[in-house]
Amino acid sequence: MSEPVTGISREDVVHLAGLARIDLSDAELDHLATELPAILEHVASVQEAAGADVPAMSHPVPVDNVFRDDVVRPSLSPEDALAAAPASDQQRFLVPKILGES
Amino acid sequence: MSTDVLVPFDEAISRYDPVMGLEIHIELNTATKMFCGCPTEFGAEPNTQVCPVCLALPGALPVVNAKAVESAIRMGLALNCSIAEWCRFARKNYFYPDMPKNFQTSQYDEPIAHDGWVEVEVEGETFRIEIERAHMEEDTGKALHVGGSTGRIHGADFSLVDYNRAGIPLIEIVTRTIEVPPEKAPAVARAYVSYVRDLIGGLGVSDVRMDQGSLRADVNLSLKPKGSDVLGTRSETKNVNSFRSVERAVRFEISRHAGILDAGGTVVQETRHFQEDTGTTLSGREKSDADDYRYFPEPDLAPVSPSREWVEELRATLPEPPAVRRARLQNDWGFSDLDMRDTIGAGALDLIVATVEAGTTPQAAKKWWLGEMARRANETGRDLDALGITPAQVAEIQGLIDAKRINDKLARSVFDGVIAGEGTPEEVVVSRKLEVVSDDGALGAAVDRAIEGDPDAAAKIRSGNLGVAGALIGAVMKEMRGQADAGRVRELILEKLS
Repeated sequence: MSEPVTGISREDVVHLAGLARIDLSDAELDHLATELPAILEHVASVQEAAGADVPAMSHPVPVDNVFRDDVVRPSLSPEDALAAAPASDQQRFLVPKILGES
Repeated sequence: MSTDVLVPFDEAISRYDPVMGLEIHIELNTATKMFCGCPTEFGAEPNTQVCPVCLALPGALPVVNAKAVESAIRMGLALNCSIAEWCRFARKNYFYPDMPKNFQTSQYDEPIAHDGWVEVEVEGETFRIEIERAHMEEDTGKALHVGGSTGRIHGADFSLVDYNRAGIPLIEIVTRTIEVPPEKAPAVARAYVSYVRDLIGGLGVSDVRMDQGSLRADVNLSLKPKGSDVLGTRSETKNVNSFRSVERAVRFEISRHAGILDAGGTVVQETRHFQEDTGTTLSGREKSDADDYRYFPEPDLAPVSPSREWVEELRATLPEPPAVRRARLQNDWGFSDLDMRDTIGAGALDLIVATVEAGTTPQAAKKWWLGEMARRANETGRDLDALGITPAQVAEIQGLIDAKRINDKLARSVFDGVIAGEGTPEEVVVSRKLEVVSDDGALGAAVDRAIEGDPDAAAKIRSGNLGVAGALIGAVMKEMRGQADAGRVRELILEKLS
């Protein structure tokens, strides 16, 4: 889940941009291909500070078992739920044609 | 269009061994969703059970449903799993409008339950299925594809999304690879799904209805040439919505993979969709970049660390293990081993339990579920619990028979009516005029006519040859259009000819 990233190539940036559905120009790709490795290097210095005996943290404070009782709370009205949708039809969110199967 | 070259099943398994993996998704029956207080009613109007959390509106903060965690732990224990001392949720990132967040909250390398097993029985033989993990996640919304051809995704112009289901607690149970004698593979897969349905249903944590999607099975399958231990490429078949379909999907994929391998081809790793009408699978999409889910720990949710005391408390709430329960029921009901095997094989155990609880004898309950109902299930390709008739209704119909208001033959017509939605058994009997004629006057007249119509048979009965009474009973039943109590008719004939 959290293997240290050792380097990042222009190819990697293209791949990541694709996964994130971000359309980047060649100039932007060139720029990020130099900037991202610098950022990673920076973060790597934190990894050096914490030795192998320090477990990775996913949360800044140790807090476990934050639960809620299984009690129904009011939902939004469909009108409110759909209010910010760019488009809707038949009380449903209308989204563009989906490319590729689920 | 499918251009698959299929190798007949028997031939395929003479050269290849199937390796299966089964994934079962179970929707919990909690009152609220996994991470918010929205209700989880099935069939509600679209987008009436949504809130800022399950719509992923900015600033919303998810909070874990305690009951869902409890249910997940109980399921894990029932599957003989170890329960994690500490685990986290993770974001599974993908772009698809069925999740408004652009990720599904799931668990990745820290499932709440892991390393379990169950034992399932097929034709008297026991198979141990290893459980790799059972993890918590949330269900997705439902997309309706509009335009194009038939509502399928291909050719759709746009999609309409209902997020009522998005966020409903889901437990995914994943087996390790299953390798059994190849000819048994389809039946073992079916038996496993059926077993898990009964097991989880017994816990009361889910409706486990395959026809309503609260239990969904994915079948992963690959073939390896006999004698080889190199695993082949697997296909993942989704949309398998009944026990029977599980069996058919395994059979079909074995035939299809064998056809590809025989021709020297390579199986493509892809998602396939089971087609209920043809028993085949169709290609969904190939595994690609889109499956790079970039899981990472969910920062908005705290880790879950169930105390050992809590786990033991929950273990104490588990019902008796299925094997113990089956032995007890077999003993209570007086069923033979074969009766029991048929009952379990047909997925009728809980239906018979409920029918007996509603007041029917075990023998009568078995007769209907494994006879009339099983026949209907086979004809319509549905599971017994999806036929549209409940154990209580079967018990009511048997009650009408016991009260001699209808006979077995008329009962079939009552079943037709109830399944067709014409009302309760009582209402169907009235509206279809199915009640047997017990009025001795009307029956007596029909008996007289039958005797007149067949003096030869009448003479034989008078002289003590009761074996021919059947001919006269048949004539009376025909005249009464089946609506007579055959036992009473026989009594009347013998009275008149004594």
